[in-house]
Amino acid sequence: MTQVPLPPPAATRDAPPCFVLDGQNVPFQPGETLIQAAHHAGHFIPHLCWSPEFAAHGSCRICTVKVNGRASAACTTLAAPGQTVENKTGELNAQRKTLLQMLFVEGNHFCPSCEKSGNCKLQATAYEVGMEGPHFEEFYPDRPVDASHPELLLDFNRCIVCELCVRASREVDHKNVFAIGGHGIGTHLLVNSPSGKLADTSMASGDHAAAVCPVGVILHKRQGFSVPIGERRYDAAPISETAQDDTP
Amino acid sequence: MIPPVMPHGPRKLKLATVSLAGCFGCHMSFLDIDERLLQLIELVEFDRSPLTDIKEIGHCDIGLIEGGLCNAENVVVLREFRAHCKTLVAVGACAINGGLPAQRNHLNLGTILNNVYGSRTGLRAGSAIPNDPELPLPLNQVHPIHEVVHVDYFLPGCPPSADAIWKFLTDLMAGRTPQLGHGLMHYD
Repeated sequence: MTQVPLPPPAATRDAPPCFVLDGQNVPFQPGETLIQAAHHAGHFIPHLCWSPEFAAHGSCRICTVKVNGRASAACTTLAAPGQTVENKTGELNAQRKTLLQMLFVEGNHFCPSCEKSGNCKLQATAYEVGMEGPHFEEFYPDRPVDASHPELLLDFNRCIVCELCVRASREVDHKNVFAIGGHGIGTHLLVNSPSGKLADTSMASGDHAAAVCPVGVILHKRQGFSVPIGERRYDAAPISETAQDDTP
Repeated sequence: MIPPVMPHGPRKLKLATVSLAGCFGCHMSFLDIDERLLQLIELVEFDRSPLTDIKEIGHCDIGLIEGGLCNAENVVVLREFRAHCKTLVAVGACAINGGLPAQRNHLNLGTILNNVYGSRTGLRAGSAIPNDPELPLPLNQVHPIHEVVHVDYFLPGCPPSADAIWKFLTDLMAGRTPQLGHGLMHYD
């Protein structure tokens, strides 16, 4: 007699599909990327240009993982059943360290004189992967600051071209204050005003774009050291333990 | 403290330190290891350092370099350290990426010198840029030390904390790759 297969129990039938991240099952909703699903499930994949509140940008490649043996950006790769994803491996962290070292030498990242130190995602991610030094030759680019705005300061020396301020200004503030211009190593952050100065835009201190910068480019004036060094976000706990706080 | 294993046997390690284009803050932080200095001198013998006032470096096991390269003498001293030290360590932000002194790098050196020594208000008549042959020639830009010599280890911080320096040295002396970890790894 032919056996008719029994339907799966209700709990299994309704369970979301999963992929495997570093040996652990991670559930996902159709349409979610690897990093979105991992973030919802409480797993940390290092990232800089990704934020849970915006669509993927796919530019920094810090979130590169191995999916079934192939390198892929976790922020642009859709989750699918049967994927085996490697994230916390020595090889991937070494590649992330190299990317971070390149980001550090391409700008002027002098942490001791940066108000964002201790709250900076670039710095905290470099701590996370054990970056002791820059390895590469420093570029020391010439990038003047824009202090024209009465309440905000732009220090382009620290920009990593993540485009979070561009997206926040366009999608949340509906102002389009920032843009990215140039190509290759000349890629840089622009201010959308006839003078190119922030003072000549509609940017306000309370705009989301003023709060979203992961490094020390967009800073509020007259607030320096309101939280002392040593008591800031990533002084208290490493970024891998605090990334869930970024949920909008 | 658990006494570190000494793979080199009972011989004391020779340790040298120097400050190039730095503020001596890393050396001050080194002194902040406080009473642990007594444990340290059971394990190491100081060669050239501000503690001994020895002017030229001998053959050493470990060289700790604070500060970056801002003049020709810094480059000579760095090369001497590299030639005489089995293990060379870049200590602090200035040695690692140029630090505060490197923030002059986008300015023109001649213009800065002229502004400071030639045209600043309050200068005596006839003031000029110092030109004594004993003064080392400044470099156009300040550079970290790994751009000139091979560096074995980087100990970040401005300055690295005393605990970070102690963890680093005890790991190194015990034959372990130094691991700072969260809380001790700081760039500021």
